[in-house]
Amino acid sequence: MSDEVILTVKDVSVSFGEKKVIDSVNFELQKNENLAILGPNGAGKTTLFKALLGLVPYDGEITWGKDVKLSYLPSQGFLQDAKNLPLTVMDFFALKNISIDKVKDMLHNVGLHDDVLYKNFTTLSTGQFQRMLIAWTLVDDANVILFDEPISGIDIEGQKVIYDLLHKFWQEKKLTILMISHDLNIVWEHANRVLCLGSGHTCFGAPHAVLTPEALEDIYGTGIKFYEHKHK
Amino acid sequence: MSIFDIHFLFVIIMSAFIGGAAGYLGSLMLTKKMALVGGAFGHLALPGIALALLYGFDVSLGAIIFLIIGMLLMYFLKKKSNLSMEVLSAVVFTSSLSIAWIFLPEKNAPALIGDVSHISWNAIIISIILSIVVIIITKYIVKPIMLISFSEDISKTLGININKYNFLFLASIVLVTALGVRIIGGLMTVALIAIPAATSRNMNQHLSSYTILALLFGAVSAGVGVYMSSLTTLPPGSLIVIVSTIFFVGSLFFKNK
Repeated sequence: MSDEVILTVKDVSVSFGEKKVIDSVNFELQKNENLAILGPNGAGKTTLFKALLGLVPYDGEITWGKDVKLSYLPSQGFLQDAKNLPLTVMDFFALKNISIDKVKDMLHNVGLHDDVLYKNFTTLSTGQFQRMLIAWTLVDDANVILFDEPISGIDIEGQKVIYDLLHKFWQEKKLTILMISHDLNIVWEHANRVLCLGSGHTCFGAPHAVLTPEALEDIYGTGIKFYEHKHK
Repeated sequence: MSIFDIHFLFVIIMSAFIGGAAGYLGSLMLTKKMALVGGAFGHLALPGIALALLYGFDVSLGAIIFLIIGMLLMYFLKKKSNLSMEVLSAVVFTSSLSIAWIFLPEKNAPALIGDVSHISWNAIIISIILSIVVIIITKYIVKPIMLISFSEDISKTLGININKYNFLFLASIVLVTALGVRIIGGLMTVALIAIPAATSRNMNQHLSSYTILALLFGAVSAGVGVYMSSLTTLPPGSLIVIVSTIFFVGSLFFKNK
């Protein structure tokens, strides 16, 4: 891990009208770190992402390191609509003007076969679509990836594949990863930094230092129930 | 009127260009789930068509003036009221339809279902040029609009100027509606936009062939519809819709995976 600071967030707040969605968040990220952002619904996780990407106005300071190339995979709520677009996988990569060899490479990297190239979105399974999206997100040599709930819509096995892939890319390409996750197992396994947003409680640090039972209860109200919900 | 009449030949060519432009642009509107907006736009244009017929100026000119006024009004209402675009459409479009009805000169079905019998050479040439402009703009915005339809947030992250492309898209819709009312009238404009794209979507899943086929279906439907209306006494608007609907039904049997 290098000591190069890649992101500094200083006193960042975001308001929509009267409502303050994020209240003075501070943290700093080094290159090649893997940050998990935790918090209950409505804690402003996605909004923080949008502020980091410059998609919403904010107060405070967000400073990205030089030579940063961001890529964003938003929350999966939009997938149902996206899957109806009249695009083949090839068309979709063509929107980014990527060479065919590179596309094939990337597809292999996420465990897809060449023949999906000519398949239409509507004929891909959800799992295939999700892998394809991850390939698409990573294909243009981004070095910082923002993943919003990347696990939804994938079967357990597919989920493992995706996270192993992320882990692989994280190591091989020295990616910096920021992910919004609801799954504490994933956080324990993959993240080396945790930022929690919650009602009045923000924390930042290494997972073992931050994710104490008391802290979880603080963030979610009832930490134990959270576990039960996730694994039903 | 015969097909050998050079003026009428150009009317058919013009119709094919307008139909093609509408079909091509329609293929984008379908993916943005905006097909019905095209119909609403046609209604919005109706008072303009009515006034154009009343005072004897060009219907497309009348249409475009009212389209612009209507859209500014929508924009203003949206800012003032916080209501959804859908509800506002219902308000603005039905009121423009009723205003049109009051102003429409007697016996003016042409405003509603199209009329190609008295088109000047100037109007033909300008319509063809503007149709080509719409086709060029559409070609230019296909990829960015696809990305924007996929995800606005990702598009912004990739540095795509969403406002610019949405504006070009909207301007093309206005233009193609104003051209479309000439051959199909203000009531069924949506057919020019939606049916060829739907037909193509049935048959094709590949982006470039999908958009090109929509253009071709639009062009052929409009050309054939207008030609057939010269052989009969039936209005071109109805015939264009019927021809493109026949293509649509046919496409159901040519589904390709």
